[in-house]
Amino acid sequence: MLNYLLKRLIMMIPLLLGITIITFAVIHLAPGEPVEMQTALSPKVTKETRERIRKFYGLDKPLHVQYVTWVTRLAKLDFGRSFASDNRPVLDKIKERIPVTLSLNIVALILEFGLAVPIGVLAARYRDRLFDKGMTIFVFIGFSAPSFALAIFGIYFFGVVLGWLPLSGLHSLGSESLPLLARLWDLAKHVILPIGIVTFGAIAGLSRYMRSSMLEVLGQDYIVTARAKGLSERVVIYRHALRNALLPAITLLGFSVPGLIGGSVIMESIFSIPGMGKLFFDGVMMRDYPLIMGILVIGAGLTLVGNLLADLLYAVADPRIRHGKG
Amino acid sequence: MRLAPVLRLILAALCLFIFSCSRETPPVKSSARSAGPPASGDALVIGTIGDASNLIPILASDAASHDIAGLVYNGLVKYDKNLNIVGDLAESWDVSQDGLVITFHLRKGVKWHDGEEFTSRDVIYTYRVTVDPNTPTAYAEDFKQVRNAEALDSYTVRITYDKPFAPALASWGMAVLPAHLLEGKDITKSPLTRKPLGTGPYRFKEWLAGQKIILEANPEYFEGKPYVGRYVSRLISDLSTMYLELKAGAIDLMNLTPIQFQRQTATPEFTTRYSKYRYPASMYVYLGYNLRNPLFSDKRVRRAITMAINKEEIIHGVLLGMGQKAHGPYKPGTWAYNPGIKDVGYDPKVARQLLAEAGWQPGPDGVLAKNGKPFQFTILTNQGNDLRIKTAQIIQQRLRAVGITVKIRVVEFASLISNFIDKRNFDAIIMGWTISQDPDLFDVWHSSKTGPKELNFIGYSNPEVDRLIEEGRGTFDQEKRRRCYWRIQEIMAADQPYTFLYVPDALPAVSARFRGIEPAPAGIMHNFHKWYVPKMEQVY
Repeated sequence: MLNYLLKRLIMMIPLLLGITIITFAVIHLAPGEPVEMQTALSPKVTKETRERIRKFYGLDKPLHVQYVTWVTRLAKLDFGRSFASDNRPVLDKIKERIPVTLSLNIVALILEFGLAVPIGVLAARYRDRLFDKGMTIFVFIGFSAPSFALAIFGIYFFGVVLGWLPLSGLHSLGSESLPLLARLWDLAKHVILPIGIVTFGAIAGLSRYMRSSMLEVLGQDYIVTARAKGLSERVVIYRHALRNALLPAITLLGFSVPGLIGGSVIMESIFSIPGMGKLFFDGVMMRDYPLIMGILVIGAGLTLVGNLLADLLYAVADPRIRHGKG
Repeated sequence: MRLAPVLRLILAALCLFIFSCSRETPPVKSSARSAGPPASGDALVIGTIGDASNLIPILASDAASHDIAGLVYNGLVKYDKNLNIVGDLAESWDVSQDGLVITFHLRKGVKWHDGEEFTSRDVIYTYRVTVDPNTPTAYAEDFKQVRNAEALDSYTVRITYDKPFAPALASWGMAVLPAHLLEGKDITKSPLTRKPLGTGPYRFKEWLAGQKIILEANPEYFEGKPYVGRYVSRLISDLSTMYLELKAGAIDLMNLTPIQFQRQTATPEFTTRYSKYRYPASMYVYLGYNLRNPLFSDKRVRRAITMAINKEEIIHGVLLGMGQKAHGPYKPGTWAYNPGIKDVGYDPKVARQLLAEAGWQPGPDGVLAKNGKPFQFTILTNQGNDLRIKTAQIIQQRLRAVGITVKIRVVEFASLISNFIDKRNFDAIIMGWTISQDPDLFDVWHSSKTGPKELNFIGYSNPEVDRLIEEGRGTFDQEKRRRCYWRIQEIMAADQPYTFLYVPDALPAVSARFRGIEPAPAGIMHNFHKWYVPKMEQVY
């Protein structure tokens, strides 16, 4: 087991390096340079000025030299400084945004699983009855309605017409002088809409998975046996069937872990939430190479670690995939 | 009937008065309220679409950063509400007879926000750091013309140039930086990039990255403490959300789109809470031709295309009438703008004649052709600007009517610049230029600026225009400069290197509780430190 773990960890290094080489090459292929994006078509900027700024960022060197410089710094866990005109360390910029994105995503994920699993189970239990049909319609509305339209509609209805919720941002003006509880309530009011809409859109997929997996399990022989034993329907469903039906949901949960640090650009833009999605998007639009690479490397690292963890957990959970001892 | 000479004079004066009034349409203000006595307090909350990047102005090139820095810092000079250059940190200045030396006399007793005194050392530092090759700034160019900058004493600065350079004066409107905090340090890593410290009407208080920036009134500001107590810039990265925030009353100022201005805010519910203003924006939109392309080398052809385009229709269709026709690179109403230029006018019949003179004959299908080659070209424009795309479509329709086939291609901005404009790989292009306050045209129109990545990308070259541009930037005499620029506009009207399309209107809405707003050619923010909210109406 230990040997396997070590092997996997060592394999990750060339993999990560390969990922960085490809992404580094690809983002440099995109037309335009950071200097360009900051100064394009500005009458005040001459060729010399442009060269001066390029030199400041090290963009005058050949691409492979730039890559080596970058990767050497990365080996020391230095992500470099942003090419945006603030020139701040990339890590600072990411650190500023991660707590917001991470906490919003975790809340949304908990809500999503907390709602979708019961919906799926109940829909399977009351298959083809009113509840099942009603839920099918409900989750498909969430699935099909474009989230940006829902978001704007939500802002208009709850914010402008009813005036119940603030429209955008995370804090009200002057909220910093409120007592702690009032401040948390203020924050909660700001995030109800974005989290609600993200969750609404995500429930559909998961609840359908749950429903079909539950239906499959309910058709199994051991459920018939359980019923034949005279167990109550509650025990059959929640003790015997649910456990087995949850397995695919756990796999899905594993997949969503690397997504936790990613944010939705559209949602963040509409609700003016300072999250990772917007940071990355703006970075791409400004061709802020160190920032883009920083976020991608962290994302790639997390994905690799997540995969490894999932593999290990499978091995723990399922004897059939256990690896050779040694 | 004979009129007495005096009466005639009065009549003439009256005519002149009426004439000048009708030309100078005052900005529309939709609601007027009684002005209470000026009172301190309250806050102006604005929405901004992008976060500021760097609050040391020479290091930033985005509007959000400059909006904040503009309230925190001062330059030596500034533009007043009528776009004349007046003193700011400089009390006065003298330009030597030959135009080579400018001597600034600085205001005495001005304090930085930390209490240090502002002196000539700060000015010299700002100059040096801007031209320092290690400073990544986009603003060094004007200062590079300086041969020598020296402090004669604590309150006098003498700047010497190699040749007279008219835009030089305005270039000293650049924010003066505090030498006592920056000298000898790496400016790119200075804490001032996040916490600026200047001499201006507002002091920096707080920056919540990605959320908001808060400024506070500076009680020791040399023109008096501003009435409005705080200035809050909220980042709202989506324009529809920003508009809804305005409707909900959560922001106080926003620039409206024509459709918002005309239709969506035309309710009494809105107009009692907000004042709407309207004045020409400092920019124009044009259709530029690649003059290296033989299609466009004949000026009769360019003139014909302009005549085939109905600018009026574009302004109505695209801007809902919130704009005016452009016929040159200046803003109507400013001193460099030549009001005597007549628009080429919409006349498809004459357009066809001109094209026929240039050798373009209609074929059986109505499409123009010359030597068997049909007249067709592609208009490029950038993605994300709906107004320009619509403009292109209207032009496409009109040109089809005279037998010219136009294709429209919409390209992402970065790609448009590097793959098409920089490589001169385009037929025609719809873009816009900001109209800068100084009328110098060198960078966009001089024939020496046609090199790679330079801005005369259409390749316009007219020796007389070149000479006039040089003459105009080589003198400080406004009358002489005006003559140069007026003549250039005449030449351009004849040459039609661009088809100048329109100057859109700026359409800001401001919460009606703010008083003291004076719309002027410079916009509305020029006297922000004099705005106030009567005590009864303060909300923050």
